[in-house]
Amino acid sequence: MNRRRLLPCATAFVLLTCFTGCGKKSDGGIVIGEFASLTGKEATFGISSHEGTLLAIETLNAAGGVLGKKVELLTEDNQSKAGETSNVVNKLISKDGAVAVLGEVASSRSLEAAPICQQNGIPMVSPASTNPKVTETGDCIFRVCFIDPFQGTVMANFVSKTLKATKVAVFTDVKSDYSKGLAKFFKEGFTKNGGQIVAELDFNGGDKDFKAQLTAIKGAAPDAVFVPGYYTDVALIAIQAKQLGLTIPLCGGDGWESQTLLDIGKDAVEGHYFSTHYASDAASPSVVAFVADYKKRFNGKVPDAMAALGYDSAMFLADAIKRAGSTDSTAIRDALAATKDFEAVTGKIAINAQRDAVKSAVILQIKDGKFKYLETVAP
Amino acid sequence: MDWLLQQLINGLALGSIYALIALGYTMVYGVLRFINFAHADVLMLGAYAAYFLAPAVSTVFPLPSLTGALIVTLLSVMICTGIGILIEFLAYRPLRQRPRLTVLITAIGVSLLIEFTCQHEAVFGADTKPFPQLLPVHDFNIGGLVIGSNDLVVVVTTLVLLAALWFIVQRTKMGTAMRAVSFNQQAAALMGININRIISFTFGLGSALAAIAGILYALKAPGIDPLMGVQPGLRAFIAAVLGGIGNLPGAALGGLLLGLLETFAGGISGLSNYRDGIAFAILILILLFKPAGLLGKASVEKV
Repeated sequence: MNRRRLLPCATAFVLLTCFTGCGKKSDGGIVIGEFASLTGKEATFGISSHEGTLLAIETLNAAGGVLGKKVELLTEDNQSKAGETSNVVNKLISKDGAVAVLGEVASSRSLEAAPICQQNGIPMVSPASTNPKVTETGDCIFRVCFIDPFQGTVMANFVSKTLKATKVAVFTDVKSDYSKGLAKFFKEGFTKNGGQIVAELDFNGGDKDFKAQLTAIKGAAPDAVFVPGYYTDVALIAIQAKQLGLTIPLCGGDGWESQTLLDIGKDAVEGHYFSTHYASDAASPSVVAFVADYKKRFNGKVPDAMAALGYDSAMFLADAIKRAGSTDSTAIRDALAATKDFEAVTGKIAINAQRDAVKSAVILQIKDGKFKYLETVAP
Repeated sequence: MDWLLQQLINGLALGSIYALIALGYTMVYGVLRFINFAHADVLMLGAYAAYFLAPAVSTVFPLPSLTGALIVTLLSVMICTGIGILIEFLAYRPLRQRPRLTVLITAIGVSLLIEFTCQHEAVFGADTKPFPQLLPVHDFNIGGLVIGSNDLVVVVTTLVLLAALWFIVQRTKMGTAMRAVSFNQQAAALMGININRIISFTFGLGSALAAIAGILYALKAPGIDPLMGVQPGLRAFIAAVLGGIGNLPGAALGGLLLGLLETFAGGISGLSNYRDGIAFAILILILLFKPAGLLGKASVEKV
């Protein structure tokens, strides 16, 4: 019920910000552009990160803005579609005069925006694109999340050390760069720990029947299965694995984190593990404050990792603008690159030479229909 | 050995779903000589109808239960029958006298229209929705082999509907009229058969089948989205061609064969990426040797 009411609310709100944002020319404030997947296939991710970003900007403006000026956020929707991102990013930079650009969750679409920002010398901060290639585009591209090699290694260590598994099956979505990358780094890490990959099966994102592959996995008798997919596929995989009597733990990455996983998977996803960027039930004071503010702003909705990263991306950029002391794009870029220990909601961030955030990951377990915090893994 | 038998069960369960969808394709083709590409989207609408009806029905008949499931299915079938007749009336009937290719392209247009309208936030939205559990689920475990109750329901439903369809087409007055229309529309009209009524009936029946298939498909994989019909629809269309399009038992046979091929190809470690490739390569081979399909009769068209 809650979700059903939220979606129209969020959509209406997005439309509103878009309308008021589009018509207005900058009135002396600092213009920050944002592109996000507010509609379409990955809308859950886009809406979350956008809400986090919005909360950050409102918090900044309530405290008097940045460098004494108001921050203006102009948001554009790319409809989760390839091709649309370049249109909206070009518009944000050349027409709206954004001094910096925030976006997006999906790596493939961040990769589309990165060359445009790089060419124009406009700093871009991605909240949640974990594919290493994103920041390789050039020295203007940053991110506030960890990258897949780290996430893959974290899960490999967790599976071999905490779960004490020695034989693992890997079940990859061959349609997604994210899934293939994560699977590769997991396999490297796990074999380095002395583990053995007993079966490697593939599926295509959007498939509905996984029993053929799961039966083969069952036949190989592994101790755990690594499924680096997105939440809709993972939910169906968990259901069919349970039907086939596959009772071993399933493990995955941050693509799992969505309420939809729990709604579809129900008791079939119980007890499984995944790595992500932050836990909303962690005890740290910055997390507690953020969760309270977010709930107040968005009708009691609990912020997920994408919301926290969206918030962090905006705060991280504002911090750099403050340190740069100007809104000149080169000065902002240099200040972003010089970030050493920025206190973000998702943990302490240091920017390395590749402009990636060095930070910790958390591992969550699904318990009683909720994501439960299990442990934090330092970089 | 266990592994092989389990894959056999998985394949039969998947194949039955394809068979059920293929029946709808093949029946409409049998009468009208035209592929209704919107069939897969009516299937999706059937699943969504059940998704929206289930909470209402469960206030009277608590779900999951057999009665509740039957009522939800019946109501969805009625809705989809209406939609099917409406699609025929609005999109295909005005083109009755046009070349068949025009109708075929229109069918693709109707299919895309339904898919993308439903993806709009104001209609269903593009995100995946959790499908409610309509039937009580029990997994039978026989000596290490697992058979899901939903899979049994699919197999039984497919068999029952196949028999029912065969009876309607071969043994009823309506079926005789359908066959007459399929044979020669003009001659049938001269014999006093109301062509429009027969064609509407055919579409209604096909859409009813699609609704049932949609609900069973959603029970098997309980996450539904507006594009859920595309993949199984394509497979079922191929199954219908494989069995000999226009032939009811052929569609069922083609569906089962395709399900088995996909399952066995998908269960091979390292090759599962190519499962569709392997399955379809074998299908091409079969069609090379039997161009009219497994049970289809080769016909000579007079020019």
